[in-house]
Amino acid sequence: MALLSVENVSKRFGGIQALEDITLAVEAGEIYGLIGPNGAGKTTLFNCMTGLYTVSSGAIRLDGAALQALKPHQIVKLGFARTFQNIRLFANMSALENVMVGRHARTHAKVLGAVFRGRKTRAEEADTQERAQTLLNRVGLASKGQVLACHLAYGDQRRLEIARALASEPRLLALDEPVAGMNPSERLQMGELMRELRADGLTLLLIEHDVKLVMGLCDRVAVLDYGRKIAEGQSEAVRNDPAVIAAYLGSEA
Amino acid sequence: MDIFAQQLVNGLVLGSIYALVALGYTMVYGILELINFAHGEVTMVGAMVALSVIGLLMGVAPELPGVVVVLAGILVAIPACMALAYTIEKIAYRPLRHAPRLAPLITAIGVSIILQNLAMLIWGRQYVSFPAILPSDKYALLGAQISLLQIVIVVLALLLMAGLWLLVERTRLGRAMRATAQSREVAELMGVNVDRVISATFVLGAAIAAIAGVMVSAYYGLAHYYMGFMLGLKAFSAAVLGGIGNLAGAMLGGLLLGVIEALGAGYIGDLTGGFLGSNYQDVFAFFVLIGVLVLRPSGLLGERVANRA
Amino acid sequence: MPEALRQRPRLAFAGLAVLLAVLPFLVGLGLGNAWVRVLDFVLLYMLLAIGLNIVVGYAGLLDLGYIAFYALGAYLYAWLASPHFGLHLPFWVVLPLGAMLAGLFGVLLGAPTLRLRGDYLAIVTLGFGEIIRIFMNNLNAPFNLTNGPQGMNRIDPVSVAGLSLGKPLHVAGLTLPPTTLYYYLFLAFVLLAIFVAMRLQDSRIGRAWAALREDEIAAAAMGIDTRNVKLLAFAMGASFGGLAGGLFAAFQGFISPESFTLWESILVLCMIVLGGMGNIPGVLLGAALLTLIPEALRYLGDLQRATLGHVVVDPSDLRMLLFGVALVMMMLFRPAGLLPSRLRRREFAAQDGVAEQEQASLYDAHA
Repeated sequence: MALLSVENVSKRFGGIQALEDITLAVEAGEIYGLIGPNGAGKTTLFNCMTGLYTVSSGAIRLDGAALQALKPHQIVKLGFARTFQNIRLFANMSALENVMVGRHARTHAKVLGAVFRGRKTRAEEADTQERAQTLLNRVGLASKGQVLACHLAYGDQRRLEIARALASEPRLLALDEPVAGMNPSERLQMGELMRELRADGLTLLLIEHDVKLVMGLCDRVAVLDYGRKIAEGQSEAVRNDPAVIAAYLGSEA
Repeated sequence: MDIFAQQLVNGLVLGSIYALVALGYTMVYGILELINFAHGEVTMVGAMVALSVIGLLMGVAPELPGVVVVLAGILVAIPACMALAYTIEKIAYRPLRHAPRLAPLITAIGVSIILQNLAMLIWGRQYVSFPAILPSDKYALLGAQISLLQIVIVVLALLLMAGLWLLVERTRLGRAMRATAQSREVAELMGVNVDRVISATFVLGAAIAAIAGVMVSAYYGLAHYYMGFMLGLKAFSAAVLGGIGNLAGAMLGGLLLGVIEALGAGYIGDLTGGFLGSNYQDVFAFFVLIGVLVLRPSGLLGERVANRA
Repeated sequence: MPEALRQRPRLAFAGLAVLLAVLPFLVGLGLGNAWVRVLDFVLLYMLLAIGLNIVVGYAGLLDLGYIAFYALGAYLYAWLASPHFGLHLPFWVVLPLGAMLAGLFGVLLGAPTLRLRGDYLAIVTLGFGEIIRIFMNNLNAPFNLTNGPQGMNRIDPVSVAGLSLGKPLHVAGLTLPPTTLYYYLFLAFVLLAIFVAMRLQDSRIGRAWAALREDEIAAAAMGIDTRNVKLLAFAMGASFGGLAGGLFAAFQGFISPESFTLWESILVLCMIVLGGMGNIPGVLLGAALLTLIPEALRYLGDLQRATLGHVVVDPSDLRMLLFGVALVMMMLFRPAGLLPSRLRRREFAAQDGVAEQEQASLYDAHA
């Protein structure tokens, strides 16, 4: 069974049909790419998957569990984390604190625990901090834990978003244009990080404009255009699909 | 006399005043997403200035007919309120346009306190009464009594709303206002002088508020430095009820709130078996406000706020 | 703090403790007992400000009806410990009940409104404050619950182990007036509140509040149940208010709707804005200043009488005006407050660097 399955999902905003009858399946362990021209509905689909939007019809399942009626925080708890296209860090918290917030779904301290700070709470805090630091190291921000998120360089902010999402221990990580605005060497690094994550057993869902990156990285891709899926399959096959060339590659080439 | 019809009439009169004040809230909110908390106080200043002029005129020219005196009062109150609103926007809101959301709201409260207390220093703690110089003719209407003043209030309010509607829909300024409300950045790129449009919005709302202030003091026969607070809250509730940012919504919300309040005050005793009396009139607006926000946050005529993530 | 003390935090701490312990005596001897009473009110407002700071400073929710929770606590105390209903429950029963009642109302009010945008919440809470006051003002008929505008009096003072704080205490040749006794009680509560607030701030919950304040959508996407976390902040703040209300009723022995107007809500808000939102020392400073300054302003009347021969402007009229001016000035020139928190200081300094984040609309109706 697919890890994430999207079944006949449609989304309307008033009179605008943003997504129409989208069906796709992401298998465990793969890197799945979602491409398409601007306004094709990629981010809308992300928002539907992660509970920011409710779908107008259709179903979304993570490992069999229906997501479409859940709130964002419940979806995170099931093991599905995301980043945002327009970086949404907690700007005035330090990098470390940002990642610690990412641990929220996996930690438990309540008000009483916070006030009395017993052994369990202290252990949890220490663990949270340690894991957060480990994740910072992993994405290459080892020395920047105390820097405010808003003072980080752009590429670092993107990396911090990924560390923050990883902190919730996802099975599936959805990245919305993770290399947007990065220079070529940063892009290579990011691609490398994604491969490593996959090697660790994480499944990745990727929205990306950079066709070269997507083709080189993804096992399979789906192409959206005007809210519809116009192609899906192995990267090479899709690349040569005439409909895709016409809709997307053609327009950019 | 039919209580229902009478309360309906009273409610419509009061409601048309709420609607006028609500327009000021809704216009500013539509463009800046700011609750201009001081708008109620601007209304109060309108009433106070007009009453001062009226008192002065009655002293120096007692032979003038009452209607002329009141008109003169209104004509002074309007520019006074416009200047006041212009100043408030320029000093207290404009510097904070890019500040965190809470900041302008807190200054708005500050301005409100300042105006109230200045008014108290100038006009005193006492109620200022509206002299009985307007004709007090009464007519029977469907089992209710309606006074000439009430008729004038409703008609004038409707005319003002129609005028504002035309201004927003048909003029260059109106187009610029609508464009700014849609997107400040894009309007700016298209050559709209956004600062001027925002000033114009405040000034326009204040002019209408001045008239509403005179109306409400003429209707109740008095004015008070504290009157703007409740009036403003109710008008804001009316704007939310209709769908904030929406002109037609403010008008509908105002009228509806007026009617709800009047009928509620008339019947609350019966409804609660005498437990609550008409002194609870002021709570209806808040229950309506909370009810609307819970059941239909976008208001009756408001569009669902677009989803952006 | 002088460098010598910074190196010896324990010494500084001990010094502060001694100062706090003898403060009422110093003030009582130097300025008279009336000022010890003012000191009590400083502590009471500190308690309120710490509570409201959880809501506004930590979680970024603007609550303009905070005093309603204070009123609930005070009225509950009066109902359960005064001749009004002939009930005389001890304070350690009534105070927690008051905090719980206020917290419950906080949840009832917050549950439907907290999913809305912040400024709507501000107006709804403001409306709630007025509703409570109107009810307190009118619930003397047909059934006398609140005694209407006259208010309720002869409320029981707090009594600890058979010792009433409402009567002077003679100990070791010293006479401690009730104001001094209440000073120690209030001080204990304030210290407790500071402890709780600081522990909360530096915890999983506190980080969730901060995240919520920074970016609600991102907070939700990090697994934070935004509605529950907001409700928690709102209810916590409300119960601090209810607790302070109970203490107020016991201390005064008399309450009326007069004490719970909108301007009291705004006053407490001013305290935290002036002092520095989110930062406990700032909040305490704000509460102290805004309680002391109006008291000091009373001397303006004497000053006018001495210099001009008569009172030209009643100082109590000027008080609110000055508040208004201070509020506007603070927002314009020092928006982070006198003692900004580490966080806020960074926030306001870094304003330009922060990508403009869309806080406006959230998710679809189900969220």
